[in-house]
Amino acid sequence: MPDANSLYGPLDPAPDAGWTDARPRMGFFTDTSVCIGCKACEVACKEWNDVPGSGLDLLGMSYDNTGALTANSWRHVAFVEQPAPAGHRTPPFAGYPTAAPASATSAAVVAAGTADDTGTEPGLPTGDPVAAARMAAGPEFLGMPGSQPPGRATGVAERTDFRWLMMSDVCKHCTHAACLDVCPTGSLFRTEFGTVVVQEDICNGCGYCISACPYGVIDQRKGDGRAWKCTLCYDRLGAGNTPACAQACPTESIMYGPLDELRERAAQRVATLHERGVPEAQLYGHDPTDGVGGDGAFFLLLDAPEVYGLPPDPVVTTRDLPQMWKRAGLAALTMAAAAVVAFVGGSS
Amino acid sequence: MSPHRPPVGDRFRRFLGRLDAAGPAGGLSADRPAAPHTPEGDRTPGQPRSAAPGERRRRGGGRRGGGEQLNVPPAEFTSYYGRPVLKPPVWKWDIAAYLFTGGLAAGSSLLAAGGQLTGRPALRRAGRIASLVAVSASAYFLVNDLGRPARFHHMLRVAKLTSPMSVGTWILTVFGPAAGVAAVTEAAPWLPERGVLGLGRRLLPPVGQAAGLLAAATAPALATYTGVLLAGTAVPSWHEAYPELPIIFAGSALASGAGVGLLAAPGDQAGPARRMAVAGAALELWGSHRVEHRLGLLSEPYRTGTPGRLLRAGRVLTAAGVAGALVGRRSRVLSGLSGVALLAASVATRFGIFHGGVASARDPKYTVVPQRERIRRREAERPAVEG
Repeated sequence: MPDANSLYGPLDPAPDAGWTDARPRMGFFTDTSVCIGCKACEVACKEWNDVPGSGLDLLGMSYDNTGALTANSWRHVAFVEQPAPAGHRTPPFAGYPTAAPASATSAAVVAAGTADDTGTEPGLPTGDPVAAARMAAGPEFLGMPGSQPPGRATGVAERTDFRWLMMSDVCKHCTHAACLDVCPTGSLFRTEFGTVVVQEDICNGCGYCISACPYGVIDQRKGDGRAWKCTLCYDRLGAGNTPACAQACPTESIMYGPLDELRERAAQRVATLHERGVPEAQLYGHDPTDGVGGDGAFFLLLDAPEVYGLPPDPVVTTRDLPQMWKRAGLAALTMAAAAVVAFVGGSS
Repeated sequence: MSPHRPPVGDRFRRFLGRLDAAGPAGGLSADRPAAPHTPEGDRTPGQPRSAAPGERRRRGGGRRGGGEQLNVPPAEFTSYYGRPVLKPPVWKWDIAAYLFTGGLAAGSSLLAAGGQLTGRPALRRAGRIASLVAVSASAYFLVNDLGRPARFHHMLRVAKLTSPMSVGTWILTVFGPAAGVAAVTEAAPWLPERGVLGLGRRLLPPVGQAAGLLAAATAPALATYTGVLLAGTAVPSWHEAYPELPIIFAGSALASGAGVGLLAAPGDQAGPARRMAVAGAALELWGSHRVEHRLGLLSEPYRTGTPGRLLRAGRVLTAAGVAGALVGRRSRVLSGLSGVALLAASVATRFGIFHGGVASARDPKYTVVPQRERIRRREAERPAVEG
């Protein structure tokens, strides 16, 4: 019997999907405040899951040359450079003069979709110059990547406050997973751990899940045609192992475990950071009452979600499905009525 | 790695070259102040993150040469280096074409059933044949768009109400064979009058009647489920248009079916097709007017660029088709021309809606700004609820 919250609202997904012997829901808590951007998670994921290479190129925007989650990158380390003081309210260049905004040209460089083919479709999305300028114009763009810290080579007048944000993004394994709900082949399924996995022997590459994902995670692999994404290492979970990315993370930024335990740990971590003077620390995707019923992989962020390329308020598309079918039914009736009237009414 | 790979950073260097050629500012809005980029905790209330949807500068001329930059919105938002939050649909033009052929199949099978029940053989015959051709084209487009076409039958493994594509598969599974049988029975008069085939000549018409009615009964579902198919995605301009999309598609299907009738039927039988054209055009025009104006910022992709041009063309062609159908009662040529205009209008509308959604998924603005607005509204309401 489906739960009243099957489409929207707090829910334990594995029993709702029909598992009578569901295991505790497992997930990731990614604490970006300790991420060092080493990309060990990206590499470990590719190694373990045998994910094909996604090209080698410099995107020209930051130390992030992966760009986005694609069919060939199931972990993506975002890298953001900002003119804000780095945590703990101790500006590194306090008392020094700071520079005027950099040129708009540098912003346009950042926005260029200059990546080589990632071998996926739609793959690495190209940036919009205007939108990128909004993020990167002005003092944010510090001429990185460079071999020296900002301001060292240019003299005091050019020095600015800055901080780096790094965040290892991954499939969110939503409580209400739109990709799974709309899959017409049953290729996507809910595991006993409450995660969402694509069965590659079933997927026929219809692409519906790709448009349905509110986070833009799942993607089609070129030449292969099927949709691919993070499996939360379903094979390792079954054997009682930690997923490859969490295992490889040197700073324990990626934490793996039962979701309720992770949520407790996350709440404590946010309280600690607030106490230590990092008021911008916030959790993302932890709340079971949010638009997707809470994420199986949630995050501690140091800025607004959209800065990291995450949607600020994602809502699962199937929340509105009953209304959509109702509207379609009304339209169908209208259409039938119009046809009847066309033939019955009038005489010409 | 292939030896034919271009050197690393090649496209980036080419982009830099283009940028230099474009001048120091690169055509960018260098005069505009940068977005305030303060962390969530200490954002001052005076700094708006997003402007109200709708307050946008429209610049008519030079949209092609200058690119997107001319339409700089005052909407302030941040994004990850301007990259989209969502993945744009991977559907190729096949799906937009299917939206048309599926609607055409539905509209013409309704026309055929009407012709069958009211004794208008020309409408019946044209409707049944157009329906078979359109539904065959639909099947081709749908299978061709798959990443793994050979696995198309995996769609038949499950029936899921939460997946509009699954529902549509089953609707097509009923509709397709019914429409096919109905069209094939139109060959009955060509069979000899005696022998085994003569039996077929007598049996086929009643089978065709039943199949035609079954197809017509499924047709409204076939024409309208595609609205749910597009709305059941995270694509902002499709999802938020969910109340209108089925209406637009129903109207477009009726109009294209009427187009077939106007093309094929002699003047004395085309009356119902004329009335169907008027009804379909009314639904289609009302629906597209709504999506172009009701959705605020999310209406913008339907008004600008290629989708805007397509939808405007669709509107003009619909109006021309309806006018021609009403004025040209006595003229077979004018009726035929208006039938063609109605069919072309349906194609333009479907492609316009399709590309409008794709454009909304490509720009992070359409994802971030409405969601920020939603958060702002929720936060504004919260104290009122608690107090």
